[in-house]
Amino acid sequence: MIRITRKMEFSASHLYHNPDFSPEENRRIFGKCNNPHGHGHNYVLEVTIAGEPDPATGMVLDLKELKEIMEREVGDRMDHRFLNHEVPELAGQIPTTEVIAATIWKLLEPKIRRGKLDRVRLYETPDLFVDCTADEPGGPQ
Amino acid sequence: MKLSLSRRYLFSASHRLHSDQLDEAENRRVYGKCNNPFGHGHNYVVEVTITGPVDPATGMIANLSELDPYVNEHVLEAFDHKFLNEEIPEFRAQVPTTENVCIEIFRRLKNFPAARLQRVRVEETGRNSFEYQEDA
Repeated sequence: MIRITRKMEFSASHLYHNPDFSPEENRRIFGKCNNPHGHGHNYVLEVTIAGEPDPATGMVLDLKELKEIMEREVGDRMDHRFLNHEVPELAGQIPTTEVIAATIWKLLEPKIRRGKLDRVRLYETPDLFVDCTADEPGGPQ
Repeated sequence: MKLSLSRRYLFSASHRLHSDQLDEAENRRVYGKCNNPFGHGHNYVVEVTITGPVDPATGMIANLSELDPYVNEHVLEAFDHKFLNEEIPEFRAQVPTTENVCIEIFRRLKNFPAARLQRVRVEETGRNSFEYQEDA
């Protein structure tokens, strides 16, 4: 099996706030991330596809197609957006790196027609990232 | 799907690779420049990976406000700007190769209460890295 990975960057703002918590609890649990005006990151997304190369093309999945899927599903939705308010898939959730990575997995997984989505890695900063992988076997629940 | 969260930390430390089980010539042959009796240093990167369910109330596997002080208290304060051979008791009897540094850091972090420690990965330089995880 071969794994191929494509990387892209998007920039977005967010804030962490749970309406069920008091203002004090929100500040204690989420710290600076609770600033009501939000703040932003340059997210780096790495998407890995696993599979066997097609004998006719030598490719698992054309990286050009993967790039287009990532730009359409993730870039168009999230780049230069305020994640809490502008991305319907995140509505009602706290847009932590865990939640965004899981959301990206759910957006991409049905769009991959050759090979299998193997891993979504999302960097919020160079020092913090989340990996999303399939449950073995048979993909996400 | 499974989620894991990884956080990268930095510490700087010196060490000397020298085994009591080898003679002087063998130590020089096996460890080369790393056997220099005065030691030498690195900027180590420690990548700590935790797993567990995401708490719906916070959207988090674990809050970094818990993980960061835990790593700081259990590893970085002890390792940063130290001579590992002399100042980390576990390395008086054990060569502080990055393999052993990696295992020792895992041991010090594995009781992190808020999530399961999945993996510790240590970069000794930008060109080499070592990973340790316990068998499931």
